[in-house]
Amino acid sequence: MKTGETMMKRSLLMVLALLGATQVHADEVSVAVAANFTDATRDIIPLFEQASGHTVKVSFGSTGKLYAQIENGAPFEVFLAADSKRPEKAEAAGLAVSGSRFTYAMGKLALWSSQGGMWSDAGAWLKAGDFQKLAIANPKTAPYGLAAEQVMQSLGMWDLLQSKLVQGDSIAQTFQFVASGNARAGFVAGSQVYGWQGDAGTLWEIPQSLYEPIRQQAVLLAKGNQHAAAEAFLEFLKSDAARAVIVRYGYGVE
Amino acid sequence: MLIDWQPVWLTLKLATLTTVLLLLIGTPIAWWLSQTGSRFRHAISAVVALPIVLPPTVLGFYLLVFLGPHGPGGAFTTWLGLGTLPFTFAGLVVASVFYSLPFVVQPIQNAFEAIGKRPLEVAATLGAGPWDRFFSVAVPLARPGFLSAMVLGFAHTVGEFGVVLMIGGNIPGETKVLSVAIYDHVETLEYAQAHILSAGMVGFAFVVLLGLYLVNGRFTSASARHEGRA
Repeated sequence: MKTGETMMKRSLLMVLALLGATQVHADEVSVAVAANFTDATRDIIPLFEQASGHTVKVSFGSTGKLYAQIENGAPFEVFLAADSKRPEKAEAAGLAVSGSRFTYAMGKLALWSSQGGMWSDAGAWLKAGDFQKLAIANPKTAPYGLAAEQVMQSLGMWDLLQSKLVQGDSIAQTFQFVASGNARAGFVAGSQVYGWQGDAGTLWEIPQSLYEPIRQQAVLLAKGNQHAAAEAFLEFLKSDAARAVIVRYGYGVE
Repeated sequence: MLIDWQPVWLTLKLATLTTVLLLLIGTPIAWWLSQTGSRFRHAISAVVALPIVLPPTVLGFYLLVFLGPHGPGGAFTTWLGLGTLPFTFAGLVVASVFYSLPFVVQPIQNAFEAIGKRPLEVAATLGAGPWDRFFSVAVPLARPGFLSAMVLGFAHTVGEFGVVLMIGGNIPGETKVLSVAIYDHVETLEYAQAHILSAGMVGFAFVVLLGLYLVNGRFTSASARHEGRA
């Protein structure tokens, strides 16, 4: 009985010590990042951590999914979306600190196949439809999926291609469908193709005139208000060091 | 408010087809496992039970790799002229058969084992051949097991999510099943639609399980009475 009690006390103390240990890292910032920005984020984080001494905990997902999580009280402090719509909504709903919103990158949409020599004229290739599956991200939750829809609408092929479309849950899964060859080609983020280590495949960098600009905005969430590490991370995103990484992945910067 | 019923029908179609296939595939496996003295039987039992333990993502990953254009399964289905199976309804059926296999095999196997050797030996001495013994003695006596297997196989397939998310591609009318439709509604904050479909699922699951327990309870008490008389 006595030993049982001591054991219990000891484990309680250990739990408290562990809790305390996480409290020491009070300058950890929790960031929700749109899937297309995964590679760039992984490059930016070590730069930020080195420069600031803060640490970063990051969650990736489609912009729509992350927004739904934020609305449901997810403990994120910074939101890097793939559009301006969700950060604006977050601001309007009081989930984000107003005035903290800014565009950190201009996204580029690409049509990509993991096989080389797939097309010389992508538009004609799409029209011919000599393939089984064409991957896009879910237009309802992923801004790059919405942009893909706009491109097909602009080309007048949205109805034509309906039966061939497979939807990724995020642009990350969409890219995986294409990279694994399960879909012959797909509308992905240019940044994913630039970050890809495998075969070059076939790439069509889609003219901006075919889709609305993908204005990727960052915002300080209410949970990160007054939190130095969160504010520092957003500031760092505007620095030359971070912008160099962003540009390297093919994004535009304002 | 607009509710899209297509995922409901698609899910029912998938679960029905999967259950029928699983009865055809699972019954011989269950019979063999219940009768054999083979030293491989524990290994086979373990293989059959794997989907209970493994995360659906493991199954999804292997199916994607194995059935994709660079995998042996994908090469085979392409050779057959079927194309590759990921992102198709047929692909979901294949995945569901693996995913729900233990839920069909185990109840049938348990029911076969519960019969014991005697009824089959008696039938044999009365001149019944092996097929006759199986269909006129073993199967009728194992009826509660078959019922459980059908209900659990069907219900487990309806509840499938992770595998479909990985190899489905969210195609309306083809791979967008109920669980994925709910996920979509939640992610786009269409909570009203999500509520209706989810509440429907809760009701469905409860009714199915209640029915199973009631019917099985009747079987058990009936056989208990039967034994009491004997």
